[in-house]
Amino acid sequence: MPTITERLDAINEYDREPVPDSALRGAGAFAGLYAGEHVAGTEFVIGPLFVAHGVAAGDLFLGLLVGNLLAVLSWALICAPIATHTRLNLYWKLRKLTGPRLLLLYNIVNALMFCFLAGAMISVAATAVGIPFNMAMPGLDDRYPTTVGWVLTVIVVGAVVTTVAILGFEKIARISKISSPWMLLVFVAAALAVLPQLGVTSPGDFWRVANEKIWVGEPLAGRVHFTFWHVTFFAWFCNMAMHLGMADMTILRFARKWQYGFLSACGMYLGHYVAWIASGILVALALQQGGEVAPGPIAYLGAGIAGLFAVVIASWTTANPTIYRAGLAMQTVTPDWKRWKVTAGVGALTTVVALFPALMMRLLDFVALYGLLLMPMGAVIFADFWLLPRLKLRQDYAEWRRLLFAWPAAAAWLVTLAACLLLNLVWGVQIFFLGLPGWFIATALYVTLSYVQQRSGRRTAEPLVLERV
Amino acid sequence: MKPLLIVLSLAGLLLTVVPGLLVFLGRLTWAQHTSAMLVGTVLWFVCAPLVLKADRSSAP
Repeated sequence: MPTITERLDAINEYDREPVPDSALRGAGAFAGLYAGEHVAGTEFVIGPLFVAHGVAAGDLFLGLLVGNLLAVLSWALICAPIATHTRLNLYWKLRKLTGPRLLLLYNIVNALMFCFLAGAMISVAATAVGIPFNMAMPGLDDRYPTTVGWVLTVIVVGAVVTTVAILGFEKIARISKISSPWMLLVFVAAALAVLPQLGVTSPGDFWRVANEKIWVGEPLAGRVHFTFWHVTFFAWFCNMAMHLGMADMTILRFARKWQYGFLSACGMYLGHYVAWIASGILVALALQQGGEVAPGPIAYLGAGIAGLFAVVIASWTTANPTIYRAGLAMQTVTPDWKRWKVTAGVGALTTVVALFPALMMRLLDFVALYGLLLMPMGAVIFADFWLLPRLKLRQDYAEWRRLLFAWPAAAAWLVTLAACLLLNLVWGVQIFFLGLPGWFIATALYVTLSYVQQRSGRRTAEPLVLERV
Repeated sequence: MKPLLIVLSLAGLLLTVVPGLLVFLGRLTWAQHTSAMLVGTVLWFVCAPLVLKADRSSAP
């Protein structure tokens, strides 16, 4: 009888080699995964934060339509073709371009960002788990742990989420598949049920009430006013790390066809459209009644106990793949450790992060920063895959030359971030908009610097060690 | 057995969403809606995994 350690060590999900044909999955798995991942705990926070930022109803509905379309196109046309061609996860593909030392740095940053995101999900779940115990909820402006009850609840939720993440991708996909249709219906039903309390008694009332009581165009104190462009760019870039940043190579490498990238629309238009609108309606009622605005209380307001259950499940189905991805990222840092041990460590860090409600209450800013930090390496992969061959330059140059540290990739990453910081500090470009110029800067830098590196390498470097096959 | 499980799963989804619509139309109270949603939730999470399990065991 194998021990639990031996059984956990035996889990092998093609972390370090291309996914074989026998392991490829059909469209249904990806539709379920994307719907489950993006009809999630964050939706109970982001929809209300749009209300807090004073977006107008027309700007919200149109901005989400356009921004989500751009996000789907980014998954389908940028991330999926490379994922299905290489069949490698982000980290092992990136290693070929960056060399192991730069990858180490990137993976630490990446894993930390994933931990913060999963931590926000655990915070969201805790706002639902704490309600039966009359736990005091954190407010919109709280930054630090508020009560002992909050701390204990977060620790219990974090332990459960981490345990499931250790058990692997297959089980996570199964849970997402089961919960996603039900979860979407909870959002819809909860919003419908509270509309009469906001003054909507027929469909014809909706647009008037939406403008007068829900998305009124006036931000709460201390919040930036959001316009159509804020909503569009936020919807496009809130998952920038996953599409333009290429993190979803880890998932899409299992896809039979690159066109499965379009299935991200299941997550975008259900989660980032319907669910954001629904949770905005719920928080508008909470604000009107002067009640708590944390995810658990607003879900309870609309759907009772089923709403609390929805918050927990919604958070769980996002936190799990995120911790899984963080585990993969850290595994390349500690290659001698088994993935379950790494994931357990990542889960523990995530739980500590979740203790701070600031992460949940400033989620829009965090999500924008997180995407921006990781995006340049996605641009590097894009440029290496599509542009270098057209310029007669070699792909995967660092692997070919056995470089430990590829300076073009490092410079593209760091200079892009510095340029974005400059755009923010000098020209006042808000963080939500920096991803677009940043992607072009990173792509242009990597191509230019690769040209310089490979041309100078031809003149001066030692004979090549390996020929690629 | 599988057809019955599918019907019960779908009933769970309907019990989750229809009561909210009926509250909006003024045909149901909030308390009735939340009770029905809870029943629907339990039905879905009991029956849907069994449907998937049946699918897997009947797969070639």
